[in-house]
Amino acid sequence: MSTAHTHEAAGHHGHDHAHDDHGPAKGWRRWLFATNHKDIGTMYLVFSLVMFFIGGTMAMVIRAELFQPGLQLVDPGFFNTMTTMHALVMIFGAVMPAFVGLANWMVPLQIGAPDMALPRMNNFSFWIMPFAFTLLLATLFVPGGGPSGGWTMYPPLVLQNGTSFPMLIFAVHLMGASSIMGAINVVVTIMNMRAPGMSLLKMPLFVWSWLITAYLLVAVMPVLAGAVTMLLTDHYLGTTFFQAAGGGDPVMFQHIFWFFGHPEVYIMILPAFGVVSEIIPTFSRKPLFGYDAMVYATASIAFLSFIVWAHHMFTVGMPLAGQLFFMLATMLIAVPTGVKVFNWTATMFKGSISFEPPMLFALSFLFLFTIGGFSGLMLAIVPADFQYHDTYFVVAHFHYVLVPGAVFGIMAAVYYWLPKWTGHMYNMKLAKWHFWLSTIFVNVLFFPQHFLGLAGMPRRIPDYSTQFADWNLISSIGAFGFGLSQLLLAYLVWSTARGGVKASDKVWDTAAPHGLEWTLSSPPPYHSFEVAPEVK
Amino acid sequence: MSKILKYAAAGAAACLPTGAALAAWELNMPVGVTELSRDIHSLHMLIFWVCVIIAVAVFGMMIYSIVKFRHSQGAVPAKFDHSTRAEIIWTIIPVAILVGMAIPAAETLIRIEDTRNSELSIKITGYQWKWQYEYLDQKVSFFSTLARDSDAARQLHSGIDPKSVEHYLLNVDKPLVVPVDTKVRVLLTSGDVIHAWWVPAFGMKKDAIPGFVNEMWFKAEEPGVYRGQCAELCGRDHGFMPIVVEVKSKEDYATWLAAQQGGEAAPAAAQTNESAATAVVAQAE
Repeated sequence: MSTAHTHEAAGHHGHDHAHDDHGPAKGWRRWLFATNHKDIGTMYLVFSLVMFFIGGTMAMVIRAELFQPGLQLVDPGFFNTMTTMHALVMIFGAVMPAFVGLANWMVPLQIGAPDMALPRMNNFSFWIMPFAFTLLLATLFVPGGGPSGGWTMYPPLVLQNGTSFPMLIFAVHLMGASSIMGAINVVVTIMNMRAPGMSLLKMPLFVWSWLITAYLLVAVMPVLAGAVTMLLTDHYLGTTFFQAAGGGDPVMFQHIFWFFGHPEVYIMILPAFGVVSEIIPTFSRKPLFGYDAMVYATASIAFLSFIVWAHHMFTVGMPLAGQLFFMLATMLIAVPTGVKVFNWTATMFKGSISFEPPMLFALSFLFLFTIGGFSGLMLAIVPADFQYHDTYFVVAHFHYVLVPGAVFGIMAAVYYWLPKWTGHMYNMKLAKWHFWLSTIFVNVLFFPQHFLGLAGMPRRIPDYSTQFADWNLISSIGAFGFGLSQLLLAYLVWSTARGGVKASDKVWDTAAPHGLEWTLSSPPPYHSFEVAPEVK
Repeated sequence: MSKILKYAAAGAAACLPTGAALAAWELNMPVGVTELSRDIHSLHMLIFWVCVIIAVAVFGMMIYSIVKFRHSQGAVPAKFDHSTRAEIIWTIIPVAILVGMAIPAAETLIRIEDTRNSELSIKITGYQWKWQYEYLDQKVSFFSTLARDSDAARQLHSGIDPKSVEHYLLNVDKPLVVPVDTKVRVLLTSGDVIHAWWVPAFGMKKDAIPGFVNEMWFKAEEPGVYRGQCAELCGRDHGFMPIVVEVKSKEDYATWLAAQQGGEAAPAAAQTNESAATAVVAQAE
């Protein structure tokens, strides 16, 4: 974002420690050879924003084609490529890197550390990403077009893709390697570099949720790598892991994929839980209700996420006992998730609430994520799922969890900590405009998709029967509005990084007094905590 | 429990537009024409109203807090930050609600999975991008593909208004025909990639997986024409392989079946997929 502020901070730090003054390198070296957690965090966040717009453009193509019945704009094959790439870019390029960027920036600041534990691996894990996504996006230009078998890469369909197939697999390998390194770094940092006195149960909830997320990542990313490698050997080396003709089973891929895929869902939402758990107490001027219960609930959700994977595949023809087990386990997740929602509500109860942009996004998260939770509960009921499965009801469900859930969580975090990062306050009025436009349009976009799914519209179709025309029209209008509103976010981040009213160290006069990030200057010194603070 | 289900379904019917007719601006899942689809619909409405009631309570509390405890209105924050009793209460109540939901869901699921005592077996094979229907032991087998007028209109820049086409994308050249009030067992498989066979009015969908056979059953109670679509991404024309099922009275079905067996020699002779495929290709030319 801004280079000026960190130079200034580094200069300040140089006065105290003239003997080891090594501020950021000049020019491109600062970024290519970056080992500083804040520089790497910034690169992750900027990368994520770029991917958000690329993935968003793909979503606009999808919604433009679905604006009215009939095929007006794109070939059905290209439409499938758009749905596939939109998901891959948003999940692996926008949401996950944004959270890694937030972890890079905030974990050392919140635990009182000078930097991440493994700075060079940190550099490596970031710089893999541009290569991974160059490879992935380049598939759009190879003969046969990009991958079009869905982001879930189910065989045998995915094997029908041409040149894009191995490129997709290697891109996924690279993203996985990057995620695993990022996760290891977070675990090692949190376990070893907390300030004296900060026991595990004194850590801020954002740190807690990232610690748990990091373990999920380390556990499941290798599983994804294994699954896609088996696809590769099936295609090129004559193995038959997923081909019935050779004694394999295409459904086995789905089991392995979703053993990764369901924890992946929580990888994308748990850090947002952490963000919201920081913001709601700040703007309610009241400590978080039930801290311990929040930690245990997050851990329970993480554990349960490993034993519910088959609820993504109720229609593959599982034995009755399997269906019952996965239904009950899935319903159980509602309990710790409910505990979290109730605790956030209890935090606001009898508080003194003000509505700055981060709080607005957190509140929107609270309402709309809960709606996504309700539709998730409905989807858990196996007989009803036989109707919902692979319809727009599912599309509505996971977009409610991921857009006003994960993405609004990220936006809340950006609005909460951007003044701390840059040293400048942003334009509050514009940020509120961004909030209201986003919240209104996200509902216009996704709520009608519940109706479409219930009325019987399958997902992943480029054209539909005329009875679905009305709600699709509304949904597309919402999509265009939502997409355009995000330009405000980009402008706000850019202009705040460049300058603005000076932010105080505390930024929000209501910020928790014990939050270590608020004890540093805005922006923080180049090496954050040179001397570990004492936590009582 | 079934009383609650009926009550919930009745309440839903009063509040939301339901019914088999698929009107525009449809909001809810239509009620189907099989016992299972009606049970599934009741379950759907039950869980929906459970969610609505919880939502009213939770969102009510959130809105109350947001309105009542505003900093701008001079609200003074309280100091409390935990209550073990509250945590226990809001853990136990959801568990109880979930158990209450799980019981009827499990009951229905057990009936769904019971494919015994079927009166007619039909093997359905998914292909990119059409369906093949084989009436086992009846020597009837044919393919079913998207109707020609829909297929012409759905081409990129076709210039044909989809609204001018009857049952746009939901019509086929040759529908599956089944008798009314008959337990039909469906055996699903695929010749290439994974597809899923779904007719919403029958309440069920299941994947058609190459190399494996899946089972499901339905018992349609009203004669009529019911439409559905492939529900698993299966490639470029995934959106263009609809399913149409014509439910006929038992007499009409018998007449139809006899005509199929006698009238068309080629499908009757076709016992393997390959020869059936050639036969139909020949027919289509």
